[in-house]
Amino acid sequence: MTRDERPLAAVPVWVWFTLALALAAQIGWQAARPQAPRAASDLPPPPAPGVLRLASFGEPAAAARLAMLYLQSFDLRAGNDIPYRDLDYGRLIGWLRAILATDPRSQYPLFAAARIYAENPDPRKARAALEFVYQEFLKDPNRRWRSLAHAALLAKYRLKDLPLALRYATAVDRLTTAREVPVWAKQMRLFMLEDMDELEAAKIMLGGLLASGQIKDPAELRFLKQHLEQLEARIKDRSTRRQGK
Amino acid sequence: MHAAILARFVVLEARRSGLPWLVAASVAAGLGLAAFLSQLAVTESVELQTAIVAAMLRACAVFLVAAQVITSTQRERDDKGLELMLSLPLSRSAYYLGRLAGFAFCGGAVSACFALPLLLWSRPQSVLLWALSLGAETVLMAAAAMFFSVVLVQLVPAAAATAGMYLLARSIGAIQAIASGPLAEPSLAQQFARWSIDGVGLLLPRLDSVTSTDWLLYGPPAAGAYVGAIAGLAVYALLLVAAGLFDFHRRNL
Repeated sequence: MTRDERPLAAVPVWVWFTLALALAAQIGWQAARPQAPRAASDLPPPPAPGVLRLASFGEPAAAARLAMLYLQSFDLRAGNDIPYRDLDYGRLIGWLRAILATDPRSQYPLFAAARIYAENPDPRKARAALEFVYQEFLKDPNRRWRSLAHAALLAKYRLKDLPLALRYATAVDRLTTAREVPVWAKQMRLFMLEDMDELEAAKIMLGGLLASGQIKDPAELRFLKQHLEQLEARIKDRSTRRQGK
Repeated sequence: MHAAILARFVVLEARRSGLPWLVAASVAAGLGLAAFLSQLAVTESVELQTAIVAAMLRACAVFLVAAQVITSTQRERDDKGLELMLSLPLSRSAYYLGRLAGFAFCGGAVSACFALPLLLWSRPQSVLLWALSLGAETVLMAAAAMFFSVVLVQLVPAAAATAGMYLLARSIGAIQAIASGPLAEPSLAQQFARWSIDGVGLLLPRLDSVTSTDWLLYGPPAAGAYVGAIAGLAVYALLLVAAGLFDFHRRNL
């Protein structure tokens, strides 16, 4: 207690009571509020890139990454088994495009499109996500080739569309000129034509990426490792079922 | 000499009014928020932490310094400290510049403290340039807050004007880009609106081109662009100081 304060006993009982009641009411009110995860239908129309930049108040890098976290939260755990299955991909791609325009050097929107949103079981939606990656790759091939390389892999093994996979692999080969682009990425066309299973191909790609030292981010490493484990489990499960038959 | 003494008192007042604790709390809050958000990221988690902490600390630095300037100036006026000072053999310019120097020192110290956590994720050269730029930005905002406090007298209008100017200065580039976008209708009204926005742009500092998070994420800026941006802040700070002195000399106290 300082000399500016009076003892607690100086506070009238009714003030104590009101304070305690108001605090309990606030906590109870907030605790009782339903906190449903955001559903796919909650995703609002994408903002124009200029508007997102305006809202960033001169911090486009921070705003772009926050917007990605915001976007990720839609349809993640909204009662569906597969995350992002029900999203409106027209809106989603509009958002990704606006975010990428806000910070064109960020890899986040392309990574999310290729590694998360293109995994959608609906081939139409997966194609839309892959096409977004391809269109954006064309604007800056040397920085964005990694996402397109993964898109080629998905096109071959998930969509079973070899011409599309070859189109992406050829684009990586022809349009990248930076020294940092590894040989395996430049030779993806051959790699697509070879007869190997998805796990083997994914392992080669991931191993190549790790060996080239291009992935340093701990979150990305964790995500890719987890992804590979899921793929392994899925393939193992599939072969067990085949043997059972 | 008188100005240096006044500057020292301003720094002492800032220290005793809890500014160091607020700086520490801001750093802790920034680090906590960054740690939380990085758990949600699937890639670029380091960049995310850097960007969020830098953006948050930049806003905190400007807010803390501007709030310190406005409340200190108000207190000085309410306690009749201003009249007492001016009854001494002390020129109005020395009084104004001395206090501003104290606030500028506080801005520099806050900027240095806020740059330290960024060394966890970014290269020292980039952090140094960012810190120097933040220092210049806080000095500019201290000059702006002092100008509005002297001119507008009341606390709320001074705070609102300072905040409005800061936000507008940080977004004027985006507003101009929107106004001159290819989809804008080529009518006389649109032309007039664009000229008006360009006119407002001429009267504001370009705070969207300084203290950029991009420097921390993607490497330091080109030397020419950096020096040009900081020089722009210096010119605007000089304008604010001159305008503040002009009003302060004319005012009947």
